[in-house]
Amino acid sequence: MAQTIAEKILSRRAGHPVSAGDISIVPVDGAMATDATAPFAIKAFEEMGGRQLWDANRVSLVIDHAAPAPNERIGNLHKLMRDFHHRMGGHFYDVGEGICHQLMVEKRHVQPGEIFVGADSHTPTYGALGAFAVGVGSTDLAAVLLTGKIWLKVPKTIRIEFEGRIPKGTTAKDLILFLVGQLSISGATYKALEFAGPALRELTLASRMTIANMAAEMGAKSGFVDPTGLQLPYDYTPIYADVGAAYDATHRFDVSQITPQIAIPHSPDRVRSINEVLGQRIDQAFIGSCTNARLEDLHMAAQLLRGKRIHPRVRLIIAPASKQVFNAGLEDGTIQVLSDAGATFITSGCGPCVGTHQGVPGDGDVVISSANRNFRGRMGNPRASVYLGSPAVVAASALRGEITNPMDILGEDNVEWELR
Amino acid sequence: MGAAVNTLNGIAHVYGDNIDTDRIIPGKYTKTLDLDHLAAHVMEDLDPEFNQRVQPGDVLVAGDNFGCGSSREQAPLAIKAVGVAAVVGNYFARIFYRNAINIGLPVIEIGNHEIRQGNELEVDLRNGIVKDLSTGREYEATKMPQVMIDILNAGGLVNYLTEHGDYRRAPTGDER
Repeated sequence: MAQTIAEKILSRRAGHPVSAGDISIVPVDGAMATDATAPFAIKAFEEMGGRQLWDANRVSLVIDHAAPAPNERIGNLHKLMRDFHHRMGGHFYDVGEGICHQLMVEKRHVQPGEIFVGADSHTPTYGALGAFAVGVGSTDLAAVLLTGKIWLKVPKTIRIEFEGRIPKGTTAKDLILFLVGQLSISGATYKALEFAGPALRELTLASRMTIANMAAEMGAKSGFVDPTGLQLPYDYTPIYADVGAAYDATHRFDVSQITPQIAIPHSPDRVRSINEVLGQRIDQAFIGSCTNARLEDLHMAAQLLRGKRIHPRVRLIIAPASKQVFNAGLEDGTIQVLSDAGATFITSGCGPCVGTHQGVPGDGDVVISSANRNFRGRMGNPRASVYLGSPAVVAASALRGEITNPMDILGEDNVEWELR
Repeated sequence: MGAAVNTLNGIAHVYGDNIDTDRIIPGKYTKTLDLDHLAAHVMEDLDPEFNQRVQPGDVLVAGDNFGCGSSREQAPLAIKAVGVAAVVGNYFARIFYRNAINIGLPVIEIGNHEIRQGNELEVDLRNGIVKDLSTGREYEATKMPQVMIDILNAGGLVNYLTEHGDYRRAPTGDER
């Protein structure tokens, strides 16, 4: 029977064939919660009578949403997490280690073909390496910690084919923003997304993570990037959809002409070509978040800012996705280049993306951000406006003080960005 | 612990489409275990009077895609903590829907509706029917999976698992 990627993975882990629409109780291969969701999960776990984790080696707790703790209330929530870890075991990533989704991939807590449950909506990021990765809330996560299982409805899948070749100056972030604009924030509600097509074949794992990450912005349960061309630092068995699998819908887009894309305030699906928003004044620029803060993203920014200074009005805040990314950037000079250009570095973590601390905008401020959401109030101030774009767009805009096409700065022939 | 109430009556507080979790409870307020803190700030950017106007037992009524965005369980917790007895909407975002059921907050999908602010509603949870007593119109809820019904009837996932210790076996492939 021809199956989608979601059906294949769930069938294998359920131990019998399942198809879209079936309710299935499946074993979980890995679970994760952050400081935003772990406190309630710990409370629920204890209320359920949980005394030990079903399998400590499969559990990770990460402090990333408010790292380091900005006040004593949050300091105590972090303490609660550390105490739980000391009693229960499992993996613990404390302040500065990085953003949860980056760590799960870097530290190999999630593998192709596995079912991973994370108490964070961007858990679908690991679909970049072919895992069935689904976001849940704290109580569902507690139930996983207790039982090692989760009940799921096998999702229908929407197939996306990106045809053509990504033009210079355009990145994976632009592709996924474009798609969110096409499908809308409810376009894939309850469904899985499969991203495929020749345009994706040469993309790095980092770029694939950018794409899978924003499956969440279309309401999807999970997202999978077709593994053709995917290189991982270990051997793996790629999982492809079967020819003839049943899809809820298939959409084809030729990306050969696609310009950088911008999501304008106040929704991730209000997507425009950058040409429509050029010149928009900005006050703050942010390169960070689970969407775009990896080394290749910092490299893009460094190429635009090398030897230059950002606009005097703008503060450019950068939160590398992990300590590993930060250290690699220190070693290869990227951090120095960006710092010399005027960027300020903050803890590897979610930072201003989620509005708790470290870059909350003032009334009327305009932010250009490499993150994934720009709902009103997202960054902590409902009277500020947030535009979303690629790290290259963020850097170019920080340079000029207004939304700027990176190609205007570099010229078409100079693009060295490693999307491959 | 008790099962969910079978029928409830309350006043409708009506909002529109795509109310995201950042508007239901901004991230800056979610770093807490204090439900009163959540209740104090629920929906404040969208409607600063919301938490004053809602009386215990009232019904929050929304349009499409209520609860989209983050996975924060603080969103349905805040709504429940302020006294809302049920949320009715065209349809819900996925994680919000599961989270609401898991904490024992009934969420009912009724498709397009004409419920207006202040109307009196009767919500029959057992049969999945929402009656707008102010207009006489009746709406039928989409059926949720049996496991969700069981969780809601137990009063949430903590109660369900405390009672059963594990998920009761799902029928293999024959429930859709």
